[in-house]
Amino acid sequence: MLSNIKRFDLSKYMAYIIFVLILAIFALWLGERFFSVNNILNITRQTAMISIMAMAMTFVIASGNIDLSIGAIAALSSLTMALTLQATGNVALAIAAGLGVGALIGFTNGWLVASFGIPSFLVTLGVLSAVKGAAMWSTNTAAVPIENEWFNEVFGLGTIAGVVPVLLVWTLVSTAFGYFVLNYLPFGKKVLATGGNVVAAKYTGIKVKNITVWVMVISGVAASLAGMLYAGRMQTARYTFGEGDELNVIAAVVLGGTAMSGGKGSIIGALIGSLLMGMISNGLIIGGFSVSQQMIIRGAIIVLAVVLGSLGNKRKMDKA
Amino acid sequence: MEENAISLKEISKSFGTVKVLDNVDFDLKKGSVHALVGGNGAGKSTLMKILTGVYSHDQGTILVDGKPAEMKTYSDAVNKGISLIFQELSLIPTLSIVENIFLNRELSRFRVLSKAKMRTRSLELLAELGISADPSMLIKDLDVGVCQMIEIAKAMAVNARVIIMDEPTASLTEKETETLFGLVGQLKKKGVSIIYISHRMNEVFKICDEISVLRNGKVVAHRKTADYTMETLIGDIIGNKERKAFVHTSREDQISDETLLEVRNLSMGLRLQDVSFRLRRGEILGFAGLMASGRTETLEALFGVQPSDSGTVILEGTPRRFRSVQEAIRAGVVLIPEDRRREGLVLEHSVLENLCLPNLNALMRGFKLNRRLAGELASDSVQELKIKTPSVQTVMEDLSGGNQQKVVISKWLKTKPKVLMMDEPTAGIDIGAKAEIMQLVRDFASKKNGVIFVSSELTELMAVCDRVLIFQKGRIVGEMLASQIQDEEVLQHAIQH
Repeated sequence: MLSNIKRFDLSKYMAYIIFVLILAIFALWLGERFFSVNNILNITRQTAMISIMAMAMTFVIASGNIDLSIGAIAALSSLTMALTLQATGNVALAIAAGLGVGALIGFTNGWLVASFGIPSFLVTLGVLSAVKGAAMWSTNTAAVPIENEWFNEVFGLGTIAGVVPVLLVWTLVSTAFGYFVLNYLPFGKKVLATGGNVVAAKYTGIKVKNITVWVMVISGVAASLAGMLYAGRMQTARYTFGEGDELNVIAAVVLGGTAMSGGKGSIIGALIGSLLMGMISNGLIIGGFSVSQQMIIRGAIIVLAVVLGSLGNKRKMDKA
Repeated sequence: MEENAISLKEISKSFGTVKVLDNVDFDLKKGSVHALVGGNGAGKSTLMKILTGVYSHDQGTILVDGKPAEMKTYSDAVNKGISLIFQELSLIPTLSIVENIFLNRELSRFRVLSKAKMRTRSLELLAELGISADPSMLIKDLDVGVCQMIEIAKAMAVNARVIIMDEPTASLTEKETETLFGLVGQLKKKGVSIIYISHRMNEVFKICDEISVLRNGKVVAHRKTADYTMETLIGDIIGNKERKAFVHTSREDQISDETLLEVRNLSMGLRLQDVSFRLRRGEILGFAGLMASGRTETLEALFGVQPSDSGTVILEGTPRRFRSVQEAIRAGVVLIPEDRRREGLVLEHSVLENLCLPNLNALMRGFKLNRRLAGELASDSVQELKIKTPSVQTVMEDLSGGNQQKVVISKWLKTKPKVLMMDEPTAGIDIGAKAEIMQLVRDFASKKNGVIFVSSELTELMAVCDRVLIFQKGRIVGEMLASQIQDEEVLQHAIQH
């Protein structure tokens, strides 16, 4: 099989092809209403939280795990931040508290998975419920307004040079971070190895339990950052933030070409996947579809995209 | 200067009350290849796991270069220059060659990966070992043989001075095996010492300098290879019993002239071309040939796993064409697959559950499975085939390879097949269990059934088959009666030519 490696690997670029295709369809169909700088920036603003969590989820899925608790973490983090801010007036402390909660829950997830060998699906499903409950309990389901302008600017509403939304900046910074860690640090290779063949990874001396804990911590912190961004954008913290995000994030990661079976991951793909999802929602809204219609079409596009991606894969297997 | 790279002194190990290693001494001379042979469960793997820090030992000392060494984890062993080439490959399929070679010991500068440097270094390593492959290729796109070489490159990247190879040729083709042996020679010249574990005695004689034989957790013999013959070595391994299984017992009188299965002009792309043969009632027909010569392909086509392009299959006088495995099973044609762990068994399930799986219809009473019947079927099988298991509820994973294989055979025998096709049925099984399985095959055939027996172990083909077909490049190129095969060389020559 040494001879035919250099052939074009379609499945690898499927996410990008579909992205361009759908962008073109919407642009032709809706014209200026969709394809304008303003609307495109709007899409990046709407998808920032999903993009950031998808970056982290890429690590989680590549390591052979899954994290269902991210939406709940986002909610609890935003409330923790807002309550701390209310109580102390110290923004830095409030942010640290919010991120700390995410790190702590992520650590708990990882520890439970690594120490007891419970599948991460089950651990994070339980944690999702518990954390969501805690978020509702903390304020008796009441929303907490955030009156710190600096926070609202930096974590939500602000722009750089009056054009570039800070949410896009956060997205780009987190994507760059993820890309660098996955591709240029030994840690990234260890994550992929753990997901690719856990026994082999162990016998190569990789501490797979530590890797599991770390990816869950990254996911927890990314989720709490997303929670901050929700809070900044809405100038409020609320227990409903992030509801259902876990599924959108997983869909984005898979659309981006990361296999659910672990062992490989694409950070850029995850970003493209999130943007794709955001673009579809945005285009369908502008196109005048009702919420129920949007859901049906979005679901169909996701399934279709994944099928197309796997077709590319299957063809490769047949040739080999 | 210390002449032993590794010395194991009086190593003992028990699992619960079972003593698996009893006062084992083992010396590995520098730059030599030392074979470790013995039946399954003799303690070879346990001993190697102790040497590499995977298991702890109860008593004894490990000396590396004459100095006592503690092996607490596999990393300890690697740091002392000991690398294990795993039976189940230890590479990450989704990563590239270079990423695998440097996994967990990445070259980096200010903690950032030095990709170019690693690529250069792996190119050097691959060239040194005579492997032609681009380091950026993914492992999953490579042949098993190349993967094995990459494993060795991985060991060499950490300057391994001792390499343990556990059944390294199990999944290699003849040509790849030759390349591997060449590599072993080169490693020796570099002063690397090798512990070579294998069930294939020919290989042991070919490349090893010394042989140690383990039996029931004890070293029963340790000699220079030159002081052994095949006969004496097998004698040491099995303890002078059950040897008759490897001698051909003539069964000519039991073979009728009646044709049970006839295959005419079976073709499947380039992999099978015009394969025709006849299997008579009571006959054991052997398929000999190299990997991908058409042996396995024929079985798969007959069993309905792979669709054939053309050809006729006549079973008991009626033309049949199996489009699915179910059809083949219903007609009484079954296949014992090559990879029992993957294709033959549900490893996480119990002996009972595995035995029932192909027989579920027979065990139904009304709408539900009759547990009593299932239990009877299982205990019957265990008794008939002498399956060594604590109970029928034991999980398959906990059984030895030989006993696992007996479960696979038994579950198919219970479907009362007429034609039993076996693909490498004795791979990775100890000699005692091999003998039992061969006897099983003979008994089955004697009941007016037919057997197709595919094996790379020529001695086995000679011992059990009444007739052997020689496969080459998807065609049958020759046929030999048991009486025409005087020794292994004749057969070896036939398949190599």
